[in-house]
Amino acid sequence: MEHLADLARIALSDEEITRMQGELNVIADAIDEVQKVATDDVKPTANPVPLEAYLRPDVAETPLTQEEALSGGPVTDQGMFVAPQILGE
Amino acid sequence: MAEKLMKFSEAVKKYDPVIGLETHVELCTNTKLFCPAHVEFGAEPNTQLTPVSLGLPGSLPVINATAVDFAIKLGLALHCKINEWSQFARKNYFYPDMPRNYQISQYDKPTNGEGYLDVELDDGSIFRVPIERAHIEDDAGKNTHVGGADGRIEGADHSLCDYNRAGVPLIEIVTKPITGVGERASEIAGAYMRTLRDIVKALGISHARMEQGNMRADVNVSLRPSPDAPLGTRSETKNVNTFRGIEKTVTYEIRRQAAILDDGGEILQETRHWDEATQTTAGGRLKTDADDYRYFPDPDLVMLHITPEHIERIKAQMPEMPRERRNRLQSEWGISDDAMRDIVNAGALDLIEDTVKAGATAQGARKWWLGEIARAANEQEKSLDDMPISPSDVAEVEKLIADGKLNDKLAKKTVLGVLAGEGTPSEVVKKHGYEVVQDTGALEAEVDKALAANPDIVEKLKSGNMKPMGAIIGQVMKATRGQADAKAVSALVMAKIKG
Amino acid sequence: MSNELVKLTAAQMAEKIRNKEVSSRELTQAELDVIEAAEPTMHAFLHVAADEALAQADAFDKKLAAGDTEGLPELAGVPIAIKDMIVTKGIPTTAASKILEGWVPPYDATVIEKIKAAGMPILGKTNLDEFAQGSSTEHSAFGNTYNPWNKDCVPGGSGGGSAAAVSSYEAPLALGTDTGGSIRQPASFTGSVGVKPTYGGVSRYGAIAMASSLDQIGPCARTVLDAALLHEVIGGNDRRDSTSIPAPVPPVAAAAREGLKRDLKGVRIGLIKEIGGTGEGFQPGVAKRFNEAVEQLKSMGAEVTEVSLPHLSYSLGAYYIIMPSEVSSNLARYDGMRYGLRVMPPTGVPQTAANMMAYTREAGFGDEVKRRIILGTYALSAGYYDAWYGSAQKVRTLVIEDFAKAFEQVDVLASPTAPTTAFKFGEKTSDPLAMYLGDVTTIPANLAGVPAISVPCGVDDSNMPVGFQFFAPQQHDEAMYKPAAALEAALEDTWGGNILTKMATPWLAD
Repeated sequence: MEHLADLARIALSDEEITRMQGELNVIADAIDEVQKVATDDVKPTANPVPLEAYLRPDVAETPLTQEEALSGGPVTDQGMFVAPQILGE
Repeated sequence: MAEKLMKFSEAVKKYDPVIGLETHVELCTNTKLFCPAHVEFGAEPNTQLTPVSLGLPGSLPVINATAVDFAIKLGLALHCKINEWSQFARKNYFYPDMPRNYQISQYDKPTNGEGYLDVELDDGSIFRVPIERAHIEDDAGKNTHVGGADGRIEGADHSLCDYNRAGVPLIEIVTKPITGVGERASEIAGAYMRTLRDIVKALGISHARMEQGNMRADVNVSLRPSPDAPLGTRSETKNVNTFRGIEKTVTYEIRRQAAILDDGGEILQETRHWDEATQTTAGGRLKTDADDYRYFPDPDLVMLHITPEHIERIKAQMPEMPRERRNRLQSEWGISDDAMRDIVNAGALDLIEDTVKAGATAQGARKWWLGEIARAANEQEKSLDDMPISPSDVAEVEKLIADGKLNDKLAKKTVLGVLAGEGTPSEVVKKHGYEVVQDTGALEAEVDKALAANPDIVEKLKSGNMKPMGAIIGQVMKATRGQADAKAVSALVMAKIKG
Repeated sequence: MSNELVKLTAAQMAEKIRNKEVSSRELTQAELDVIEAAEPTMHAFLHVAADEALAQADAFDKKLAAGDTEGLPELAGVPIAIKDMIVTKGIPTTAASKILEGWVPPYDATVIEKIKAAGMPILGKTNLDEFAQGSSTEHSAFGNTYNPWNKDCVPGGSGGGSAAAVSSYEAPLALGTDTGGSIRQPASFTGSVGVKPTYGGVSRYGAIAMASSLDQIGPCARTVLDAALLHEVIGGNDRRDSTSIPAPVPPVAAAAREGLKRDLKGVRIGLIKEIGGTGEGFQPGVAKRFNEAVEQLKSMGAEVTEVSLPHLSYSLGAYYIIMPSEVSSNLARYDGMRYGLRVMPPTGVPQTAANMMAYTREAGFGDEVKRRIILGTYALSAGYYDAWYGSAQKVRTLVIEDFAKAFEQVDVLASPTAPTTAFKFGEKTSDPLAMYLGDVTTIPANLAGVPAISVPCGVDDSNMPVGFQFFAPQQHDEAMYKPAAALEAALEDTWGGNILTKMATPWLAD
């Protein structure tokens, strides 16, 4: 569960971790159910409506202004978004 | 801490190295892979964004047609199986330069499947590098680290994020494990990258400037006791962006791993970094659960369908590949393998070809580009491309020579004038009055003067001793400030003596 | 006067505007007046954009006066409310989440561009379950919305705000998003009409993503015709959405008008055996009204048969894998870097970017959202993809095939919209599974991408509305509008007016 919280980048509290542990069963049950009919001969469907990709012409459109781009940023500096310390690998 | 290394020759004798390269090539499309934001190097931060490349809530990706065309071009050049149906997937991980915290890449259904690339080695032999796949994906933004030494991430206090690069299309070319490389491992790695760079440039799908990060490679190296043993554990050295760096990484890793194995140690599966300053690779993050990228097909995109007609259309646009072109030019120019290699290594192939196209002989073009111009470029530490003289300028100089309007000396001065920014060859000639003396009357007078001043030489010439001819020509040259045509002078002298 | 005005259908309002009996401004002001009176008890809106709405109304009135409205849709000038899951340039958009509180988007969703181009003033943004995750609007970070029929009951969800706004006369029309029933179930709970169009029929560009392969924007209205007219405003191909169908919007308004003639001869209606309204889990009141409605359809000439979709019961399992998986990825972008909330780690915890993200997401997301993100992360994590997400996609194939086969036999399929009428606050929050099970009737349409509509078919013994659902084949949304409009007309006859006349409206001053 801690691993999942880390992958999902959520600092879950201990209480949340305990509670959600049990709820993983929801998924487990769903899987059991689904696997009853999801046999090898069935093809998976990603998108419900069968389409093939539209390819966009490589033509530029007006971008956001820097002000618009930064307008929602919690912390910005010199036209950029500020990230707290990033640890190197 | 210096790591223990085995001598390279010993390492490759004891172990069979296997290498692999994962190369990212940044495509030079007009707009991003999934949105119509224009892409340009060096723009103001965060000014090349649409809601899509900034990852704003509600925004959706739409595939750039040119990026797909470029991928097909590369696929054809690498003899890849071009899949009729390919799919984009999400690679999920958090990082501050990722606007959506997932990268859109291709996973189990890449556009380009298996292929190969033949690379020519120094001795002229051909080595076939097997390609696993070449898939399309988008780039992340760029972090500038503040508060640490030299802008490094280690010790930085915070980072500034510019998302302009986010969404720029990349193609990642993944080789299969390259076996049978032996002591030529690093040469093959370097030759592969150079060949790939040349192809990518010839195709016009990337600026292919290593120094701007348009091309960068992850270098995988593993060792095994013998060619029939299973593959050993590999190290992955990330983002090496010079040819020399790639070659040295391979050499270094072979030596490092051999030393470990020789001591009975185990190679860790880790990512490493090439450190240009110390000329070593540094470890490393171990492969862990954090690499659980939770790939799944991007539900915002549908299957990419590449029809046979589409492939045919791209095929018709394919330029000649670099190696075929080199072979053709070499035979057209009638030069040796060595001479050709010199041209290629000097980066003069395009320039010479263009000069020949502009009317010069191959020999003449080669002489200038590898001679005077190369010397000047060397002094200024510039590439030939960046010198202020064009192939048509060189061709013009050659024409002036052929027309007898310039002699070698004047031609050299003219070229130097062009390099100095004095204008086109004819402008330089005009400015300095470099043109050879065409007036035979004036030339004759100078010849007469020279002969009259040197009766002893006249005697020698009359007796058939032609050695002092040079002295006479020299004097005439001096008198005409170099603007005489040596051949014309010589002919005049002969006529006078015989007459 | 103004009460009469706001009780008109959107089509009637539009007609009065065209005839210059009323201006868009007057209408917009009348709605704003209702909003002001009703909101203290209803809380359908998270943001009321009064100034913007009036300015848009004025701009439209000017155009109309200048005779410059040619080519505009029929609904031109009629105001509308927007679920706060759809981005609006310059108007705060939150998805009812603290993590987006205060965010003002720099761009408009495609549907908003179309609404604006149609001269339809935007009244404001309506409440929802946080990131559209829930069936009661109780999971909004900004408080509950109340069911106009009974303040003790939920309005449904996730689009409880849009449904409540429409049924309480705060707005004649609203936009919703439907991932597992978020338009239709609230419509059912509030006695209004809600439509989930064919997947890809309406652009998702600018709809904040919950589960991309299931999400669809659709209309909320008080009549079938109004829904159809709005459907035509927002539908059609959009090159900014790769999943948008490259075809014009189907002729849904014509189909609705055709239905109003109440002639269903030749229309074949299939009752879905697996969710037939008489089965387990359906409230008696729901089953009763549903069966009566079926009789009405028969009396208008429809041929009604029972049809089996054998894999429907597996939909739920597939949904609980696909939905959270996509949620976990779609919601990764809320990390405190580019917009919305940022929470730094507490003292003692390293002040790193990774920790900032983790504490921002812990503080910014509500319980239900966190639960789904974790479940989705689990479902996609190492080694399980093929077995889990892949299997769910196979079930999706089977459900699509079931629908396709069923539509070889009948023109439309039918079921109750929800197994129950609106439940009381708190009744199901403690039991997420019970809440999920309520979606069993609505989820199959999302999974299969087929269109579906909910229309009121009466009230239960507690005077709470019941919804009747029609499904149509993909890209044939018009097929369901005809019987839906016919049923509505027939039932209104028996009720002596719209179902909402059965609802007390103390917030409307006499």
